[in-house]
Amino acid sequence: MGRYLLRRLLQLVPVFIGTTFLIYWLVWKVPGDPFAGKCGDRGCPDNFRAMMTEKYHLDQSIWVQYASYMKNLFQGDFGITYSGREISDIIMTSYPNTLKLAVVALTIEAVIGLGAGVLTGLRRNGFLDNLVLISTLFLIALPVFVIGFLLQWLLGVKWGIIHPTVSGEMRMSELIVPGFVLGSASMAYIARVARTSIAENRRADYVRTAIAKGLPMRRVVGVHLLRNSLIPVVTLLGTDLGALMGGAIITEGIFGINGIGRQVLRSIVTKESATVVGIVVVLVLVYLVMNLLVDLLYAALDPRIRYE
Amino acid sequence: MRVSKRASGALAVGAAFALIASGCSSGDNDGGDAGASADGAIVIDGTQPENPLVPANTTETGGGKIIDWMWTGLVEYPNNGGAPQNALAESIETSDSKVFKIKIKQNTKFHDGSTVKAENFVKAWNWAAYGPNGAQNASFFADIQGFADTYTEDPDGPDGPKKAPEPKVKEMSGLKVVDDWNFEVTLSAPTAVFPTKLGYSAFMPLPDAFFSQKPEEFGKKPIGNGPVKLVSWQDDVEIKLTRFDDYNLRDKMKIKDVTVKIYQDDTAAYSDLVSGNLDFQQQVPVSSLAGDKWKTDLGDRAIASTTPSTGIIAFPIYDPKFKNPKLRAAISHAIDRQQITDKIFFGNRKPADSWANPLTPGAEPGNCTACKFDVNLAKQLLQEAGGFTGKLTLSYNADASHKEWMEAVAQQIKTNLGIDAVAVGVPTFAVFRANINNHKMTGAYRAGWQQDYPDVENWINPLYVKGGSSNDGLYSNPQVDALAKEASSAPSLDESHKKFAEAVKLIDQDVPSMPIYFGGQQSGHSEKIKKMELTNVGELDITSVEL
Amino acid sequence: MSDPSTASIVSTPPAHMPTEAGSGAPVDAGLPESAQKEQKPRSLLGDAWQDLRRKPLFWISAAFIVLFVVMAAVPFVFTSGDAVNGDLARSRVEPSSSAWFGYDVQGRDVFARTIYGARASIVVALLSTILTLLIGGAMGIIAGYRGGWVDALLSRIADIFFGLPFVLGSIVILTTFNGSGTDNGEWTIMGLVILSLTVLTWPVVMRLMRSSVLATKEADYIIAARAMGASTGRIILKHLLPNCLAPLLVYGTIMVGSFIGAEATLSFLGIGLKTPVVSWGIMISEAQNYIRVSPFLLFFPAAFLVTAVLSFVMLGEAVREALDPKLR
Repeated sequence: MGRYLLRRLLQLVPVFIGTTFLIYWLVWKVPGDPFAGKCGDRGCPDNFRAMMTEKYHLDQSIWVQYASYMKNLFQGDFGITYSGREISDIIMTSYPNTLKLAVVALTIEAVIGLGAGVLTGLRRNGFLDNLVLISTLFLIALPVFVIGFLLQWLLGVKWGIIHPTVSGEMRMSELIVPGFVLGSASMAYIARVARTSIAENRRADYVRTAIAKGLPMRRVVGVHLLRNSLIPVVTLLGTDLGALMGGAIITEGIFGINGIGRQVLRSIVTKESATVVGIVVVLVLVYLVMNLLVDLLYAALDPRIRYE
Repeated sequence: MRVSKRASGALAVGAAFALIASGCSSGDNDGGDAGASADGAIVIDGTQPENPLVPANTTETGGGKIIDWMWTGLVEYPNNGGAPQNALAESIETSDSKVFKIKIKQNTKFHDGSTVKAENFVKAWNWAAYGPNGAQNASFFADIQGFADTYTEDPDGPDGPKKAPEPKVKEMSGLKVVDDWNFEVTLSAPTAVFPTKLGYSAFMPLPDAFFSQKPEEFGKKPIGNGPVKLVSWQDDVEIKLTRFDDYNLRDKMKIKDVTVKIYQDDTAAYSDLVSGNLDFQQQVPVSSLAGDKWKTDLGDRAIASTTPSTGIIAFPIYDPKFKNPKLRAAISHAIDRQQITDKIFFGNRKPADSWANPLTPGAEPGNCTACKFDVNLAKQLLQEAGGFTGKLTLSYNADASHKEWMEAVAQQIKTNLGIDAVAVGVPTFAVFRANINNHKMTGAYRAGWQQDYPDVENWINPLYVKGGSSNDGLYSNPQVDALAKEASSAPSLDESHKKFAEAVKLIDQDVPSMPIYFGGQQSGHSEKIKKMELTNVGELDITSVEL
Repeated sequence: MSDPSTASIVSTPPAHMPTEAGSGAPVDAGLPESAQKEQKPRSLLGDAWQDLRRKPLFWISAAFIVLFVVMAAVPFVFTSGDAVNGDLARSRVEPSSSAWFGYDVQGRDVFARTIYGARASIVVALLSTILTLLIGGAMGIIAGYRGGWVDALLSRIADIFFGLPFVLGSIVILTTFNGSGTDNGEWTIMGLVILSLTVLTWPVVMRLMRSSVLATKEADYIIAARAMGASTGRIILKHLLPNCLAPLLVYGTIMVGSFIGAEATLSFLGIGLKTPVVSWGIMISEAQNYIRVSPFLLFFPAAFLVTAVLSFVMLGEAVREALDPKLR
């Protein structure tokens, strides 16, 4: 187990370098001059563009730029934006907000998705099953911006149940609706996968055995069935945290949350490789760690899987 | 999602037009409650400034309005759009429109307590005009004698390998400090409109503290001389401003605190406005304009105003396809501007019928004959021009809401002329702008212009004169150039305006671009605000706010 | 969890099912071509078919999918309206007997647009799903079955791509390759959208596949097959694949729907499909600004979109239940 862990941690290094370079390269490839759009329809004076290009070393090759970026990164220096802000500051202020939102979304989707999945998996083809099926389908089918806009308008403006936007303090109560919006599509997936998995295992021999030997139903479901059905659900949930954080762009925009989504969007548009990569670096770390945890959880959940 | 750029290039200070005193709902007095106002606080919407707040280096709306509030210039533009008036200037005198003697009011203060002196202007202007400092607004100083020596051009453009030569001198020879309260400006040629320009934010004074630190550092904690000073600036969250108690010019604050809440999305801000959590939104979102819903939502708190800006579609005249003025005129005549403003903008913008926005002093209304919708004439002109083969693209930047009206224009051209016209969204403004700068457009493209200062000159020289800073289509007509030059150096504004009117007549024949609509703004305020006005460019005049 | 006897049944592949179901694409995505050749008299296929025939849900969803596919192939049969050209004079005219779905803000016939929109939406979603399942499924099986350094390498490559979160990643990819704003042809843009959806989603399928392979490969029937000297290819194709297919199918059918939604989101951000292409996604994002005054602009494309998604998922569900002996 220890060796497995060490090997996995070592494997993180090439993934980390691969991802950061991929992003750096893509953003670098984004067409356009980052300083051409900074001055509105008037266009920027040439001297301004020349000064900025030199200041940010944009006249050098991508290899030199990436290497010097990574060198600074390992010294803990994330660099500065074209507006002169410390990128580490941006990360420090926007990251916790997105994380909070993603965790709320993940909790909501795990609780509701898993609950709905288990219920419908046990009693298939009933009224509840069909209701859940229809509602999950709607959630999958409607794009996030439509759900977000609708809920914000209905709950926030029309009925006044929630505050339409999230305040700077990011209170938990304010995050429930944005969290629901963000997690809605994944929630539907979780429900579907959990339902399938439960339904399949419901007929497995060991469940039949457990029932036959007279165990109470609660124990059969809770201990035998759930544990064995959780593997695909855990896979989805684990990899979802990273996806939620990176996918929060639209939700953050609608509810006015100062998260990484808007920073990334802004930086892609302005070709600020350093900011995009800086934010993605932290995202990738979250994702890699979650992946490792998921793999370790496999072993814990399914004794048939062993790592050596 | 909102990528807000100051709609036109520059400006936050302009000139002439609309004043809106919002209805005071109580009716028994014409203002607010003085007691409530005195310590009152409001929250208004804003966007994150793109750069540290240095006046000569700010060209976008987010930072522009903060600068307008934090600084007071030599002249100010009245909210009602009238002629500029002296603000910090005691007097501006000239006999030949070439040498200006400027006297400033004594004993006004910067926010750090230092006194505003003549040298604060001269040093600030020299800093902005010095090429290596890379100030975005440097070109505003081009009128001043000696500018060419401090601001050198890169011989092969910024993309070429060569660099701009180091300027020979650091200061413009046309600026001279006489004493603490007087300085003298010599222009390279007579320019009647020069005093009008002085209210633009590029011409603001800078305190001594600016010159002893890096501009970026100053810009994070800017020190101005206006009615409000900065308390704190939390990136992407809010900017807090408070009344500057030592301010002794005309426009003192009636309330105390102003918090600019930074929104990414205008619908989020609008939701806050409707639910009473925001006191003012300068532009309500498009989704609330459809069916005039915003008027239902806000009642008498809805404010419709006009802004001195024009939506334009420009031609790349450097492309041989668009060389023929008859073709350009044909396309322009095929556009039913009235229908577009009615159906796409719900009547909130007005169809353009003149080359310079009519709110601008010196601009003649209705002088764009090419703007007239006339299908038969359009068809005839197209035939005379020899038709148009291939696809006519109409490009716009897709990161702001231009899609609807550009598509409508394309459809009208297609229907009325049978040209295969299609609106093409370019994902980002940066790419869109870079293509335009590099003269790589192969079809017509969206442009926009908001005046920087209130004079028709600002609508002609930058846009339609050879070498103009925003003449991106490379339109060139020697007669227009000559008339514009005459107009610019005319000894009086009246004569200048007459000459510009002649130039516009020629421009109207050539149709280098197509004015489509005149800007409109739809704002809203909370019930808390009892009285307020908008500035001439549609920003909230925070000094007019009463609670 | 299973015994060799069921394994032999499962090993007979359900070959023709999808084609008969009329959908074609998503369901047979992971199935080997060669599998179609051998059919035993009493096959799983036959069983499944018997099972399916009795399900009304199957018929309903299959009918809808056929309808949508026909709509995508020959839209002009359904409407004589013009999906591309509009007239501002009838901007946002409400639905009536002459224009069933009304007119959009540009005065275009919403009914015609909804019909024509089926093509782009379905083509993009289907092609992306097929590509994703093929790539992700293949990678997942190889990684899960071979284990060791192959697993490590493939998983790391997947990690690199998965490190790009979906929305963010597609923004970067589409801005990079489509950002010059030159007037790309509609197929170029469609190809780019399909590519970015696939590139960013295959790792999910791979992980799903890998984890079910990991769970299955120690099963008795696999060990037995290996002991009898079956080749790796045979074990994968005949034993592993059919047993791991169920979760993949469920995921795949849902994916068709989510890709239609993703396509809409990309259009909403201004980087996806563009006019003159007509898609439900574009229609929904265009309708968003008018949701308060002309909700019908959102309603019709959304209703079609939801119906299409519903059909795909229902079909997948029905086929899966029919195929999976464990659920009989």
